[in-house]
Amino acid sequence: MAERPIKISSKGISLWYGEKQVLFDISIEIFVNRVTSLIGPSGCGKTSFLRCINRMNDVIPACRVSGQLMLDGLDVNSQNTDVVDLRKRVGMVFQTPNPFPKSIYENVAYGPWVHGENNRSKLDAIVRRSLDEAALWDEVKDDLSKSAMKLSGGQQQRLCIARALAVEPEVILMDEPCSALDPIATAKIEDLMHKLKEKYTVVIVTHNIQQAARVSNYTAYFYLGKLIEYGKTSEIFERPREKSTEMYLTGRFG
Amino acid sequence: MAKQDLAGNAMGKLTHIVAYTSIVAIVLIFLFLFLEGAGIFRFEDPVHLFLGTEWQPTSENPRYEMLTLIVGSLFVTLGAIVVGVPLAVGCAIYLSEIAPQWLEEVLKPAIEIIAGIPSVVIGFFALVVLAPLLSQIFGIPSGLTALNGALMLAVMIIPTVETISEDALRSVPKGYRHASLAMGATEWETIKNVIVPSAIPGIGVGVLLGFGRAIGETMVVLMATGNAALIPTGFLDPVRTMTGTVAAEMGEVARGSPHYFALFMIGCTLFIISFGVNLVANHLIKREER
Repeated sequence: MAERPIKISSKGISLWYGEKQVLFDISIEIFVNRVTSLIGPSGCGKTSFLRCINRMNDVIPACRVSGQLMLDGLDVNSQNTDVVDLRKRVGMVFQTPNPFPKSIYENVAYGPWVHGENNRSKLDAIVRRSLDEAALWDEVKDDLSKSAMKLSGGQQQRLCIARALAVEPEVILMDEPCSALDPIATAKIEDLMHKLKEKYTVVIVTHNIQQAARVSNYTAYFYLGKLIEYGKTSEIFERPREKSTEMYLTGRFG
Repeated sequence: MAKQDLAGNAMGKLTHIVAYTSIVAIVLIFLFLFLEGAGIFRFEDPVHLFLGTEWQPTSENPRYEMLTLIVGSLFVTLGAIVVGVPLAVGCAIYLSEIAPQWLEEVLKPAIEIIAGIPSVVIGFFALVVLAPLLSQIFGIPSGLTALNGALMLAVMIIPTVETISEDALRSVPKGYRHASLAMGATEWETIKNVIVPSAIPGIGVGVLLGFGRAIGETMVVLMATGNAALIPTGFLDPVRTMTGTVAAEMGEVARGSPHYFALFMIGCTLFIISFGVNLVANHLIKREER
């Protein structure tokens, strides 16, 4: 399976919310410049695992993680790892579009600006590039000072993608990015994912099995906090090795 | 069923009546103040009344000019805002974003207790403790100054401003915070650049209501500010406020005298100021809700 360089390597990741264990010994290797989707029924731990990659679980007070997660050479869970630095390298897009109540321009420029970029023409270029990569530029180029809140849901989500791209991350995590969107907006974002993988490594959590089949090169199936099966999307969908995977994919539970 | 409808209907009517009562009360209070105060126009023309600086109601040749008192009130109130708002907003940020749960449970009631201290007690503190201290620190003969009153009012407006600002900060969607953190912004950068700016309209409402609270406060300013009816040149001068004047002089005027009318006109002016401030605050809240 290791046909290309590994971007993220998880070894024995377990996670607890207080007393409750949510992830059990997850080991997985995620490949560079590929889309990997994490699927499974609600509460199976796929989002929790996604949030391990950029340490967003730190925000939850009672959350505890054990095991090793490497991003290239960086030991993500190490005490010495600078979370700010990590999150610059690993961007995230959330379930509901969450643009700031600022202008389109300010939303995209926020990341670079907060990391110290003050040069207006450089920021202009970053905003242009990011919106372009998120396939939003043509729709908003005439009025970048418009409030982001006035965009449609799908546009907002692409703006959030642009905002994440603006800090030039290496990995983009997407937590059910289309669950609040209509089919047309969803299709646009799925198209976008195919393009994004040329430059970035994409990990997406999705409830939509067809979406996983459409967008991802690799699929990981989670069930009750355990990684049941992981492999090329085509193989997982055509010849699942595990009974549980097959049942989930054929809609017999989930 | 029908019986319940009837009961519901009666309750609906009753709440209607109660709601209208407050509006009627406000209108009546205003009319009362204005009609009682309008008599002053027979003795002082409006320009002098509002823009003159001589407040000498008991001299041989009495003058009823309110500007000194308006300036006095604004001085103390703005001083209180300048000192109190940063404290209150700082508290609100700390409580809503940073403080651990247990500390929040201790601090929040402590702030609320401030609102429950009788103002005469705060005034007493200003008179006996703070004023001598200020006179020592600044080397002035008396500590009963605008600064003394402003500092005490600053403490008094903290609960109002803090509570409303905290609500505003807490109602900022969690998604903004997560988005900012996920982009590698630190906790502090997130608070400064995303959370506080998003809560600004709500914080503004808190400041306005704090302003209304401060300008209407009577006992503290009466005890703390020295009550000299002179236009102050700085915060170390004594001032006389509108509220303090009404409270101090109303007991001794003859009903129907020019002085009596003048005091009512002060009350009317105060009413208009605080009504205006509340109106702006309400407008902000409405705009926020849209």
